[in-house]
Amino acid sequence: MADALFETLLRLGDNTLILGHRVSEWCGHAPVLEEDIALANTALDLLGQTSLWLEYAGEIEGAGRSADDLAFLRDAWDFHNVLLVELPNGDFGQTVMRQYLFDQFNLMNLRALTGSTDNRIAEIAEKAVKEAAYHVDRSRGTVVGLGDGTAESHERMQAALNILWPYALELFITDDTDADMAKAGVIPDPKTLEADYRATIEATLAEATLTLPDAHFGHRGSGKDGRMHTEHLGHILTQMQWLQRAYPGQAW
Amino acid sequence: MRPSVDQIWTWLDAVPDPEIPAISLVDLGIIRDVGFDGETCVVTVTPTYSGCPATSVINMEIKAALHDHGVERVELKRQLSPPWTTDWISQSGREKLEKYGIAPPQAAGGPEKCPNCASTNLERLSQFGSTPCKAQWRCKDCLEPFDYFKCI
Ligand SMILES: [Zn+2]
Repeated sequence: MADALFETLLRLGDNTLILGHRVSEWCGHAPVLEEDIALANTALDLLGQTSLWLEYAGEIEGAGRSADDLAFLRDAWDFHNVLLVELPNGDFGQTVMRQYLFDQFNLMNLRALTGSTDNRIAEIAEKAVKEAAYHVDRSRGTVVGLGDGTAESHERMQAALNILWPYALELFITDDTDADMAKAGVIPDPKTLEADYRATIEATLAEATLTLPDAHFGHRGSGKDGRMHTEHLGHILTQMQWLQRAYPGQAW
Repeated sequence: MRPSVDQIWTWLDAVPDPEIPAISLVDLGIIRDVGFDGETCVVTVTPTYSGCPATSVINMEIKAALHDHGVERVELKRQLSPPWTTDWISQSGREKLEKYGIAPPQAAGGPEKCPNCASTNLERLSQFGSTPCKAQWRCKDCLEPFDYFKCI
């Protein structure tokens, strides 16, 4: 049970950690100043949520690892994030589309987690869900604005959706760890969130004049058990971890 | 001699928020509890945003302020639940924010009036601003951009 809980917390924390890092790559490069600030703040909220999840993960593991140790001193195969969050940013439209696909899931998942039988998880979710709601408000609005924008922005948003949608489906794969944790009331069974998610996404896409790609497939396997990642994760870690690897224990 | 709990609150009310120094930590509503555990002063703090970089500075400043007043043993506790809300900003805090040029949070989701000229003819520039707690707005009459304290 402690192992499954540790793994569950890593999944929650790694999703927000890797996405937060990806989004932070836009800092200083976004198309306009307001978007630059918005992306940096979104990344900051995600990293804040990460520290709450990973701090708790370290306590459950009981091996004396801090949130920082878990973030900076694990290798790619020990990361439990979904593949969606480790994909390269692509253009601004693709970044916004990925953000919306994740934000909408994060909001629904956190709402369910506020009722977790694990008190600490419920408390963290209660805090994070307010931020997630704000994020959805923005990423959803931007998807609609760009999808139903110019011919160029529409085309780019549709292309982004075609690339990302199959990855989004990974968020709803339920494996044995998830099933055990769901049975104990610690997390919602991911599968049970899918119908509501799809309906919400489809309503947004209709407003954005975008359509779900034909592909019915989701990617097989998942990044969440650590056994499968894209080649991009290792590259992220070289950026994110190099300082602690080169100068162990270095602090501000 | 151990200072009273009320005295501790008064001292903390003089500690400015590191990012918005116009208001104090008490005005901001993030000090949830003050008490003593034996000789140790225990201050319970709730974060505004989970990723707010000011959090660690805030903790340092609470300790430093109490040490300056001769309280040697200070313990900080973090309380996540119930999560901080902008409703906890005190009335005097809201007034100080506005005087400082930051429109205070409103349940309606946008600023009530321009902190510069009081016009209600406003537009939103961005849902985010210079710190996690703010959004950017502009007054269409005096044309000044200003910060709005997001309502959460
Ligand atoms: Zn004005």
